[in-house]
Parts: sequence; structure tokens; C-alpha cells
Amino acid sequence: MTPTPRVKTFRIDGRDVVGREDQTVLEVARENDIRIPTLCHLDGLTDIGACRMCLVEVQGWGRLVPSCVTKPEEGMVVVSQSERLARYRRTILEFLFSERNHVCAVCVSNGHCELQDLAEEVGMTHVRVPYRYPGLAVDASHGRFVADHNRCILCARCVRVCGEVEGAHTWDVSGRGIQSLVITDLAAPWGESDTCTGCGKCVQVCPTGALTEKGHSVAEMSKRRQFLPYLATMREGRR
Amino acid sequence: MKRIVIDPVTRIEGHSKITIHLDETGAVAHAQFHVTQFRGFEKLCEGRPFHEMPSLMARICGICPVSHLVASAKACDELLAVRIPRVAADLRRILNLAQLVQSHALSFFHLSSPDLLLGMDADPAQRNLFGVLQANPQLGRDGIRLRQFGQQVIEWMAGKRIHPAWVVPGGVSHPLEPEVRDRILAAIPEVREIALRTLAWFKPKIEDFRQEIRVFANFPSLFLGLVDRDGRLEHYDGQLRLSDSAGKIVTGALDPARYGDYIGEAVEPWSYLKSAYYKPAGYPAGLYRVGPLARLNLCDGCGTPLADQEWSEFRDLERGAVLSSFHYHYARLVEVLYGIEKIEALLLDPEILDRRVRAVAEPNAAEGIGISEAPRGMLLHHYRIDAQGLITYANLIIATGHNNLAMNRGILQAARHFVTDGALSETALNRVEAVIRAFDPCLSCSTHALGEMRLEIDLLAADGGLLDRVRR
Repeated sequence: MTPTPRVKTFRIDGRDVVGREDQTVLEVARENDIRIPTLCHLDGLTDIGACRMCLVEVQGWGRLVPSCVTKPEEGMVVVSQSERLARYRRTILEFLFSERNHVCAVCVSNGHCELQDLAEEVGMTHVRVPYRYPGLAVDASHGRFVADHNRCILCARCVRVCGEVEGAHTWDVSGRGIQSLVITDLAAPWGESDTCTGCGKCVQVCPTGALTEKGHSVAEMSKRRQFLPYLATMREGRR
Repeated sequence: MKRIVIDPVTRIEGHSKITIHLDETGAVAHAQFHVTQFRGFEKLCEGRPFHEMPSLMARICGICPVSHLVASAKACDELLAVRIPRVAADLRRILNLAQLVQSHALSFFHLSSPDLLLGMDADPAQRNLFGVLQANPQLGRDGIRLRQFGQQVIEWMAGKRIHPAWVVPGGVSHPLEPEVRDRILAAIPEVREIALRTLAWFKPKIEDFRQEIRVFANFPSLFLGLVDRDGRLEHYDGQLRLSDSAGKIVTGALDPARYGDYIGEAVEPWSYLKSAYYKPAGYPAGLYRVGPLARLNLCDGCGTPLADQEWSEFRDLERGAVLSSFHYHYARLVEVLYGIEKIEALLLDPEILDRRVRAVAEPNAAEGIGISEAPRGMLLHHYRIDAQGLITYANLIIATGHNNLAMNRGILQAARHFVTDGALSETALNRVEAVIRAFDPCLSCSTHALGEMRLEIDLLAADGGLLDRVRR
């Protein structure tokens, strides 16, 4: 029998909170209705701390930590909203926008995009760094879906949902740093992938217009993610 | 040889300049209308999924985005190889007419009415919409209201005044709601009254502009535009007709798919705006005009009662086709009236509320061509896609491009008449600009370009030296 996880008492934004030691600071915050912005996190998928939007300050730690992969410790003092964090979050978003070609006005996900929503939430009115305008191809080789790398923020939700939930592991990340790209199989066109089951989970979890269903025009692509917590619960129950 | 430069040309939509060349005797030798922006929409859409094209292309222009939406969506319908629901076509038609009303209102009231009400020689400080509002508050208010009506119809139907995403390949994204129809219908009587009132005000004023009528791009030319199956005025879909200056049909049903056979696009080193010409007549002899004047010249009637009355009166201006481009203003007012009547007629059809407004299909053709009538004239979008549905080629021919040769010839004609003594008087300046204004060019569209909205005129000496330059 697995031992019962121990309970930790700590503070977030001046409030006393209680969490299990196997939870994350982000989970505990959400249980207590404390809003910490996230982008790569999605309930039902393993957290990887990729986007850094959920960075928080922990008193005495000297560095910022991503709350999605930080476990609670007894007596820790967490600050999730501060001027410094707001500045960092806005800067992270500006980097994301400048890195590829996020043109909301002509995007199929306009109005249904987590990146766009967050930019509004943190008050990002403009981008202070030069845009890179990379010339990235659109992969429309799949019969039903389109992968537009111009709109990808490398959150790797597609990689995780494909590997962890669908079990196909069609998606992965190639390259390093700014050269990174999500790929299907060994960088084969998506339509030629041997492993893709065509389930479309990657499309539904993608926070932006990078992975979309074909046939949608501008602002028409909204994602349906309700299935994910159910699937995750079902699978946990079966184990 | 001397040179006069007018830079920028004012009260138009886009940035341009005019150069007037003088010969040794100081007389006007030739004139050029330069469009100085470059945007490259045809190139930057390459590699994009074709479903994005209507909204992507609509971004060419903030004044007539609906025209681009419509022409682009029609090209995409061809890529899908579907026949879209009739109601979807009618809804697009209403949206297109709403834009016609607002764009014509902008051109007539906001940009040109200062010249028409206050006179071509009025104080430049007064020659604007505020001057109009002071001198004739009713006229100014009418213009603003009319434009608002067009914009509101677009907003109510499509969700947004500028760049709505409602028009999609295969139809429109959602059907018309009864309360929107009722709201539009409720506004019709007021705006119809405005259109009639403005026509009644303008028609007697025409006499005051005899001189301008005579030299504002007044010459025989061909006219190109859409008509419906019965030969009546049409802006959304129909047959492409070419008529001549006698008012006779040269060819009744040009096939849009073969536009390359009869429309050529010439490039001149002094402008980013291409010059479209009728190929069988050659370049530059194949000059033709498009837009309100052309449409009223080549159709056999409007098909709505009030506009038909105004149309026959308009056509009585001259025997054969109405040739002076000054009458673009008049034609615009007739079309506004038609647009309002037609919107009402389409909305009174109970089927307009039908819920089936979109045909869904995968791409079934590799090439699609869509044409429609933008406020300024015939607009053509031509796309090719690869096996994945990504754009490999796009070509746009824009109304202002069709009119380019006519505008150039028009400013030469006006400059010859008004530019005297090798200098550009205020009188001459405003009249040369007003020729361009009569065409209501949209330069951001025509070059698919990005830039400031300005116009300049250069007056050049025989040796090419700059004699006079006016910038605004």
C-alpha cells in the first residue's frame, strides 16, 4: 500500500494554503482560486515548465520558479503576482510573438487563442523587440489537419497528448533552441506519418492556430478540450 | 522641358503624385499619375491555406474590404468547385451593396462634396467636410448618415464594420437573423430619402461645372463591368460586358476564366500601379473605364424603380455613353439609390433567413477566379493551389488599375486646359486633383501597397528640371 502523501502548509500571495506534497504549487493555487497564468500547462498532461508563464517568486530562493513543476514545501512563501512577475510574463509573451509569425488578424484561431488571450490579460500592447519573421512552411499534407509552424509556440502540448494520452507519440520536437520545430515521425510530412492515428487530439489541445482542422476560415477554429480530463481520469482509474 | 510636381494628391484614398511635363513653349506636353506604394499581397499569400484567403486579402483595404472578401471567396468557391446556396449569394450581395453605399458616400460627401458645394476655387482651408458642414449642414449630415448606414449594415450582418470574417469559401459563416433584417429594413426609408435629396440637390449643380465636365477625362473609351442575366446593373455576379463610347455592346459575355486573353497589364517604370488594357486593341489604345460611370453606361437599366428613373435621366446627359469622368459623381449617387433599393428588395424575400448558407467541400479544383464589382469597378482575384490546398499563385486586378490609363489621360487633358504660364495656380492644382478624385481611386488596393495617404504634383520643364512641386 502506498503511503498517504504528507500535507504541506504554505502561503501564496499572503493566503495560508494547504496542499499535498505530490501536488504542484500551481494546482494548489488553482484549488484556492488564485489565478496564475499558464500556456504550456493543460489539465490531464504532464507538466514540463516550458513556457515560463507560471513563474512565481519564493521567498528566500533567489530565483523564480515555474509553479507548474514546483512542489509545495512546508512554510514556503509564494508570490504569484508582483510587478517583476508581470514584467517578465509580458516580456515572455513579446518574445513568443516576435519569434514566429503570429498575425492574429488573419489567423483561423483569432478570438479563440490562448496566446492572444494571455497577451490581453497581461496588457501586452506592443512588442518591444524586433520581429524575426522566419519563413516557415505550412504542412497541409494531412487530409484533415494543418500544421502551421508560423503560429507554433513550442508548448509541446501536441507532443505530450500524442505520447501520453493517445499513445502514438507521432509528435516530437526537433532541433535546439530557436531552431526547434515540432515534427511528425522523423520529420516526415504529417500526411505521410505511419504512426499518426488521425485522432486530432493534438489539434484540440494546441493553444494557438498552429494545429488546426482544415476547412476553417479566419476566426472560425475553436478548440474542444473537454475530453482530456475525462480521458485522463478514465486511464488513471484503470491502472 | 519643364516639370511641375503635385505631391501629394489630396482627398483621395492612397498616396500618389502627379508630374506634369511642359514643352519648350511652356505648354503641357504630357502628365503622369504615379502611385508610390508597394505592398506585394500577391506574393505574401503564397504558401497559405486557401481558406484564409478572403480575410487575408480583405486586409488590402480598410475602405472596401468587403469587395476583396467577395471576390476572394468567389475564387475560393471555384477551388471548392461548389455551387453555394442561393441565400448565401444574396447575403454576400447585400453586404457588397452596403459597402457600395458607404464607399460612395465617403467619396461623394467626405472627399468631393467640398469641391461640388463650395466650388473648385473655394479657400483650401474651407474646402473640406467641415467647410461643408458649415455651409450646408444638412448635406454634411446626410453624407455622414449614409456612410454610417452602409457601415452598420456590414457590422450587423457580418459582426464588424471593417474586415469582417463572415464571408467564407462556400458561402457565409452564419445565417441572417430576423432582428438584423428588421433593423436594416427600418433604416431604409431614411437613407433612401437622403439619396433622393442628394440627387435633387446635385443635378441642378451640374450646370455649374461645364468647364470641368468638358475636360475631366472626357473622351471616348471602352467600358467594362458586370451585368446580370437580363443585362441590368449588377455588382456581385453575372456576365462581364464590354461596351463602347456609342453605348453599344462590344462583347456581351466575356468569360472571367479567360481574362488573360483580353485584359493585359502593362507596367510603367514611374508607377507601382499597373495599367490594365483591352488586349485586342493593344497598349495603350485599349484604354477602358470601370466603376459607377462604366456600369451605368453599359447596363440596360438598374432593375429597381427609383434608380431606373434616375438612370434614364443620367443616360440622357449625352447621346451614347456618358463620357465625362466628372459624371462619376452623379453615377455614384444613382448607384447609392440603387444599392438602398436593392438591399431592401433582397431583404424582403422571406427566404433570406434560410439557415443553409454554406457549402462545405474539400478543394476540388486547382485554379479559381472570382470577379465582383467593387465600388470603384471590376475586381478580379485569381488563385492557384497545390494538392494540399496551399496557394501557389495569386493575381489580383483592381478597379483602380483598370482606370489607370484613363486617369493618366484625364489629368493630361485637365492640365492642358488649366495649367498656363508654366506654373501651377491653386485653380489648376485643385482641378487636376479633382480629376483623380472623380475616379475615386483606391491606391492602397490598386498596388496592394502600404504607405501614407498623400498626393504630390510635379511640374517639369522641357529639360526635365523641376519647375514647381506641390505637396500636401
